[in-house]
Amino acid sequence: MSEMRTPVPDAPSLGELLAAGRAVPGHRPWPRAVVDVDDWGLAAECLTQGSVTLLGLWGEAEAVHMALLDEPAAAIGVLSLSCPEGRFPSVGELHAPAIRLERAIQDLFGLEATGLPDARPWLDHGRWGFRRPLGNAERAAGAAPPYPFLPVEGEHLHRIPVGPVHAGIIEPGHFRFTASGETIVRLEQRLGYVHKGIEGLMTGADLARGAELAGRVSGDSAVACALAFARAAEAALQVEAPRRAQWLRALMAELERLANHFGDIGAICNDAAFSLMHAHCGVLREQVLRAADRSFGHRLMRDVVVPGGVAHDLEPQGAAAIAAMIAEARRRFPPLVELYDNTASLQDRTVGTGILRPALARRFGAGGFIGRASGRGFDARRAMGYPPYDELEFLVPGLEAGDVDARVWIRIREVEQSLGLVEQILARLPGGPVREEIATAHAVHEGMALVEGFRGDVLAWLRFDASGRIERCHLRDPSWFQWPLLEAAIEGNIVADFPLCNKSFNCSYSGHDL
Amino acid sequence: MRKLLFEILVKPPLTEDAPAPDEAAVAELARAVDQAARRRLGRSLAIRQVDAGSCNGCELEIHALNNAYYDLERFGIRFVASPRHADVLLVTGPVTKNMREALERTWAATPGPKWVVAAGGCAKDGGCFAGSYAVTGGVAGVLPVDLHIPGCPPRPVEILRGLLALLA
Ligand code: SF4
Repeated sequence: MSEMRTPVPDAPSLGELLAAGRAVPGHRPWPRAVVDVDDWGLAAECLTQGSVTLLGLWGEAEAVHMALLDEPAAAIGVLSLSCPEGRFPSVGELHAPAIRLERAIQDLFGLEATGLPDARPWLDHGRWGFRRPLGNAERAAGAAPPYPFLPVEGEHLHRIPVGPVHAGIIEPGHFRFTASGETIVRLEQRLGYVHKGIEGLMTGADLARGAELAGRVSGDSAVACALAFARAAEAALQVEAPRRAQWLRALMAELERLANHFGDIGAICNDAAFSLMHAHCGVLREQVLRAADRSFGHRLMRDVVVPGGVAHDLEPQGAAAIAAMIAEARRRFPPLVELYDNTASLQDRTVGTGILRPALARRFGAGGFIGRASGRGFDARRAMGYPPYDELEFLVPGLEAGDVDARVWIRIREVEQSLGLVEQILARLPGGPVREEIATAHAVHEGMALVEGFRGDVLAWLRFDASGRIERCHLRDPSWFQWPLLEAAIEGNIVADFPLCNKSFNCSYSGHDL
Repeated sequence: MRKLLFEILVKPPLTEDAPAPDEAAVAELARAVDQAARRRLGRSLAIRQVDAGSCNGCELEIHALNNAYYDLERFGIRFVASPRHADVLLVTGPVTKNMREALERTWAATPGPKWVVAAGGCAKDGGCFAGSYAVTGGVAGVLPVDLHIPGCPPRPVEILRGLLALLA
């Protein structure tokens, strides 16, 4: 990873970076500006200094875009660089969090990130039958080339290759451990196994098809991804979902958060060989999914959030089912928290294990419980204040320790907050329609959204063409910035603690690979 | 913890009755599973789950089979860590091109007699990812599929019904 650079004196603000370029009309709700190569480079310098945070970096046939966040001001902006020559200056050369994103851009669009320190393919395993499938596509036949893992030198080191098929019921990916005895010296991840070409399928899709795909980016975040897509589309088309729909969306988002947090708290304890927690948390998770099913007709609430609102209203018995589930969780969860807190053998495994340093979490803009357990308090619900969160009361918990234990505690606190949010929503759920019809637009519109999923902030960006179809849609899962941090956090831990650390991060393979 | 353990002793279990095996699935299987093979399995089934490019939704519901409500192990069905211990490969996802070889190798490592169960709409024909440059479009194009469980994702009870049909 690149060293921190000496600061540029008087680093420009996000507003100044945007003002230096040509503003693009019709990009909502935040500004987008086309900049020149120098200002693109200046933005990369700002990233290394931490005056702005990288929210996303994506390509299209002849341009690259980077989304930046000015955290204290809660301001967002997109800088674009057109690259007719098929090249752009690498951001990853200065700012490591951009490296994998640029490798993906190279694979998908064939745009070259000049200066990129690691130019190995990332999503392209040489098996698609095409190179640059979303750019100037070219047939590529022949056997898949071997992947050059990073060289390791040193005495008494051994390597342990794991995956892509793992021992449990989990998604596929390859982990290459280099260990000295029991201690991990380096972990190198290789991902891309579940790349489905979602962004390719998005191109040319209509709104309904786009929403269907967005809801299938990462199954555990079906609501969050669909919500990010819907809000981006609504921003582009200047439509606002009815008030009741916005509250129902938040209800679903909090149920999704509860289900995942319950499931994962149990699973983390299970990986620390404490299966009692797993069994009890599994019951709580199941109860959330059943309440969701009764309320919205689907256990994962898939295809319910749609552009313009929600596909259908809460089922008549839904509110009562959710209220009963919440009451049950309020009764059953506290003894489990006490059990976690008071079991020395469990704490022995989680405290001090897999530490992610706050500086690194900040630099990578780590979202969700991973960031919040390492001192980065960002939560899109609070920072962006999208409705109805601007009217609801909740706390964003934060810790500094950055170990497995801290990540568990953040999730425990978030469960408590979500229980309260669901109660508030049920008590104050406004009436009225749940869906606004969206007429097909016949002009180019661009929109983006940032939404807080259980795992962190999900970014969606899209452009409609003049026929109202999606010309380009990019969905950035929080895992893009979290996976590399797992490589850092695992260093110096023992191999046997990897499952525990991995589960405490619980990054999405599908959301990352797309 | 003692209080919690005591509660477990005095409270009725959460586990629900087994669903009736899916009629259609039983018919589909009658062709695939013969009596002799069923005798060899001895009413116990070891499953190796393979994610061949799923969105992870199917995995979540397969996981749920282990919770107290479904308690899969009471039927003699259990998930195993290695294909070498498996009777059944439970495959999800549209089979991405990047996962195809790993899936084939997992199948090759599974000793016979063996069955392939494809779970979810993606595993059937690529589902909503069909037509992408990056997917092969369903498990049947890569492995001989004995049973398909529809749904996106199938509910745990639907997966359970399908698996029970393998033992019926
Ligand atoms: S069938 Fe549905 S839930 Fe299962 S992997 Fe496909 S999209 Fe995901």
